[in-house]
Amino acid sequence: MYGCSTGMDPRLHLRSTLWLTGALLLVAAPHVDRLPWWIITLALMLVAWRVYLGKMRLELPRKWLLLAIVAGTVTGVYLNYRTIFGRDAGIALLMVMLALKLLETRTRRDGMLLCFLGYFLVITNFLHSQTIPTALYMLVCVWLITAGMVHLQHGHSDAGYRVPLRAAGLMLAQSAPLMLVLFLLFPRIQGPLWGLPHDAYSALSGLSETMSPGSFTNLTLSDAVAFRVEFKEQAPPPRDLYWRGPVMWDFDGYSWSAPPYQYASQLRYNAQLPGIEYSVTLEPHNNRWLLALDLPARVPPGAIPTTDFQLRSAAPVTTRVRYDMQSFLKVEFGLAESRQAMRRALRLPAGFNPRTAEFARALRKKFAGDRALMNAVLAMFRDEAYFYTLSPPQLGDHPVDDFLFRTRRGFCEHYASAFAVLMRAAGIPARIVTGYLGGELNPLGNYMIVRQSDAHAWTEVWFPDAGWIRVDPTAAVSPLRVESGIAAALPRTDPLPLLARGDYPWLRQLRLTWDSAANSWNQWVLGYNPERQRSLMTRIGIDRSTWESLALLLVIATLTVTVILFLLMARRSRAAMDPVKRAYLLFCRKLAGAGLPRAPSEGPAAYAARLAAARPDLQTAVGAITRLYIVLRYGVAPGPAAWREFEERVKHFSAATR
Amino acid sequence: MYAALKNQLYHWIFQPRGPEGGTIVLVQRRVFILPTRQGIVFALTLLLMLVGSINYGLSLGFVLTFLLAGLGITAMLHTFRNLAHMRVAPGRVQAVFAGEHARFTVRLENPGATDRYEIGLTRDRNAADFHDIPAQHQVLAGVDVPALRRGPLRPGRLTLFTRYPLGLFHAWSYLDLDVQCVVYPRPARPGALPPQVSSEGSGALHGQGQEDFSGLRQYHPGDSPRHIAWKAAARDQGLLTKQFSGRADAELWLDWQQLPATMDVEARLSQLTRWVIDAQASSVSYGLRLPGMTLPVATGEAHRERCLEALALFDVRVLDRDGSQAPSA
Repeated sequence: MYGCSTGMDPRLHLRSTLWLTGALLLVAAPHVDRLPWWIITLALMLVAWRVYLGKMRLELPRKWLLLAIVAGTVTGVYLNYRTIFGRDAGIALLMVMLALKLLETRTRRDGMLLCFLGYFLVITNFLHSQTIPTALYMLVCVWLITAGMVHLQHGHSDAGYRVPLRAAGLMLAQSAPLMLVLFLLFPRIQGPLWGLPHDAYSALSGLSETMSPGSFTNLTLSDAVAFRVEFKEQAPPPRDLYWRGPVMWDFDGYSWSAPPYQYASQLRYNAQLPGIEYSVTLEPHNNRWLLALDLPARVPPGAIPTTDFQLRSAAPVTTRVRYDMQSFLKVEFGLAESRQAMRRALRLPAGFNPRTAEFARALRKKFAGDRALMNAVLAMFRDEAYFYTLSPPQLGDHPVDDFLFRTRRGFCEHYASAFAVLMRAAGIPARIVTGYLGGELNPLGNYMIVRQSDAHAWTEVWFPDAGWIRVDPTAAVSPLRVESGIAAALPRTDPLPLLARGDYPWLRQLRLTWDSAANSWNQWVLGYNPERQRSLMTRIGIDRSTWESLALLLVIATLTVTVILFLLMARRSRAAMDPVKRAYLLFCRKLAGAGLPRAPSEGPAAYAARLAAARPDLQTAVGAITRLYIVLRYGVAPGPAAWREFEERVKHFSAATR
Repeated sequence: MYAALKNQLYHWIFQPRGPEGGTIVLVQRRVFILPTRQGIVFALTLLLMLVGSINYGLSLGFVLTFLLAGLGITAMLHTFRNLAHMRVAPGRVQAVFAGEHARFTVRLENPGATDRYEIGLTRDRNAADFHDIPAQHQVLAGVDVPALRRGPLRPGRLTLFTRYPLGLFHAWSYLDLDVQCVVYPRPARPGALPPQVSSEGSGALHGQGQEDFSGLRQYHPGDSPRHIAWKAAARDQGLLTKQFSGRADAELWLDWQQLPATMDVEARLSQLTRWVIDAQASSVSYGLRLPGMTLPVATGEAHRERCLEALALFDVRVLDRDGSQAPSA
């Protein structure tokens, strides 16, 4: 209530400073495990210094000292990241700059700049995570920063916390419709606008273009979703859910790798059954392959097929993509392979795995037919003491020899690799296919989740009469892996992510519910791109939406929402009926109810006099109320006490005869 | 040509109306709003965030950017509402001496159902008087205006403004209140009062005291109204002045003519002002004689104010010759 005469850019209250500091610490918290320890320590020390100076009411440090810290930090960041422009380096710098800005925050203007930097820091968190929890957490942060900004404006009286929090919450809620309009209608451009720093997507995990013993083991430990699939009709049985990824031809004795890709103009195959229709929503993995059910029969827009039936996107998949696909489960392909491809499918490095080569030669002598030989190998895996495990023993210089004849324990990549090497040594063309096997159907959203833990490797062998056929040696060792998924196939002692095991039904239910929400989130919030925008426009009747039509619609919608908001708000700020008059009218109504209405021309004093004559028992009460009313309406600056007294008396007034 | 257009535009937008009396309601037409410098910085920050979101394909980046853009628009509406529909009325203003600051008070009333915060009243944009006004309450705000010279003083154009709640927008309204303050002449240095003289002869024996009634005489203009025999007047005997005898409590006449002829008008007024103050302070009855005006001998606050006001407004046309004193806002 008390005014105070001050300049236009007042100094900050300590409370405002502490508030902003707290909000910024919350925004920065998720970055802690992504940044080098010295950045965190430095930032925290600077913040603690600022709080100390504020509490002790000491002068803030001089500019040259801050500049020295800036120079030191930039050097440190450069030494750490070898650049100062990358994503992580940028975040590290931003953190220290924020702490330094805090150290020279004196006035309200500085405080507001700090808030803007805080908003900016919020967005850097989305570079790492855009999940629902992150979004909610950041919403709270935005609320706190905004409330801090309101608190700054209360520069002339200490406002406490409630008023700013309420004001900020209200304004953010009122901004939601505008946000929705802008989100849906702002013309979307497919990024990036310029080259991204090389570390933009470094944190993504997934399949790789090489396969060596142990490479799948790491993937299997990850709960992360690789992609989600919606089938148009019934989903195929689990044993058919081979999701084709990178195909590997070249073996160097230890690891497999993909050759330079040979792109095909189209996919050549002989389909024997109607295809399966589905759509895939692929999580970003920063590589170019697109996953599809074996064997893909369609090429999504913007993708190119290879001769070995991989689908490769024109650019690395750095955002979630959704594409419609068709596949054939039973199909004949690769009957007319080139001699060059056949040579490549038979090549083995010289001098590696001699025992395996010898074993293959022995098999070759024993079995005349390729199929008989292959079946013999699979039978060996099935009948002899081979084990499927996530934690196989270390392998030596000849890994296939070691695995086949000594350790006999391995994961899918061990079996696929050993099998392909055996086949090649026996003169049968073979190659490795990596991808995923299986998936979990989520009944809540009626879609399938395929996780990194479903990663798998299998082989394809070539027969002159049948072309390439899929052979999964892991299935021979562990049929459960194919039929029931990885959790059933592995010994219980093997480490697996909690979610991959289905031990707790309620946990599983919870997880599926959560994933269903995450799926909708992905589809509608994170997956809203130029294409979706176009299809939305088509749905509301704007075919061929252009940049201009969207902008026009955006302006109209924004103005409409703003005007509605304005009208709703203005209603409350106009003069309401004077509460004094309202209370007095209530008093008159009470008397009218007792048969003593006020005449239209009668002033309060005259009315009171008449009442006093008619009802002497009410004289005291009526007199007090009338006097208070006259003071409140016509007196010079009556205090709130008079108003309270008046209100109380009117409330308790009763004209009933006692 | 350009200047004329600019002038016309100014008139069209701000519609200056000249001083207004009574309560002013800040209707929407009277409230103006523009982004502050921080508001522009905020917009630039959003632009940067938008570019970042496009570049990295950050959907939540878009969500945040658009939420904050919406927040900007909402903040604009809130800032506007914080000022619009307020009722403003001039308050009392105390007379001051030249060289002091006159404090003009303005009654700010919030008739709406929402609280208003951080409403500032300013004249020169360097300092402002800030108030929070709860719903259906009123407060008194004030501005200090330096009173440079004697005479009537107007506050000029005042600005009522607010940046609440986010400081991104500056909403303001111009107030040209029809209110004025009387500025008394600057008192001269303290010095001795002029000698007291008895109006009728001299000597303490037959002096005109105020102790004992000694008779009636014809009324002369300038006699104190307190000494008029009203009862006699009521009996239709004409105006008579009561005469008292007793200790000679001589009358003090502060007379323009007593001052040296070399003094100029303002210096005389200053000297008379000083005398009025000192005479009042020493509880002496005094009268004031100015060219063309005589204030009879009396005492009391009201008398002092009358005297000072007469001095303040003496020959105001002299002042008006070199322009109004109201400082331009």
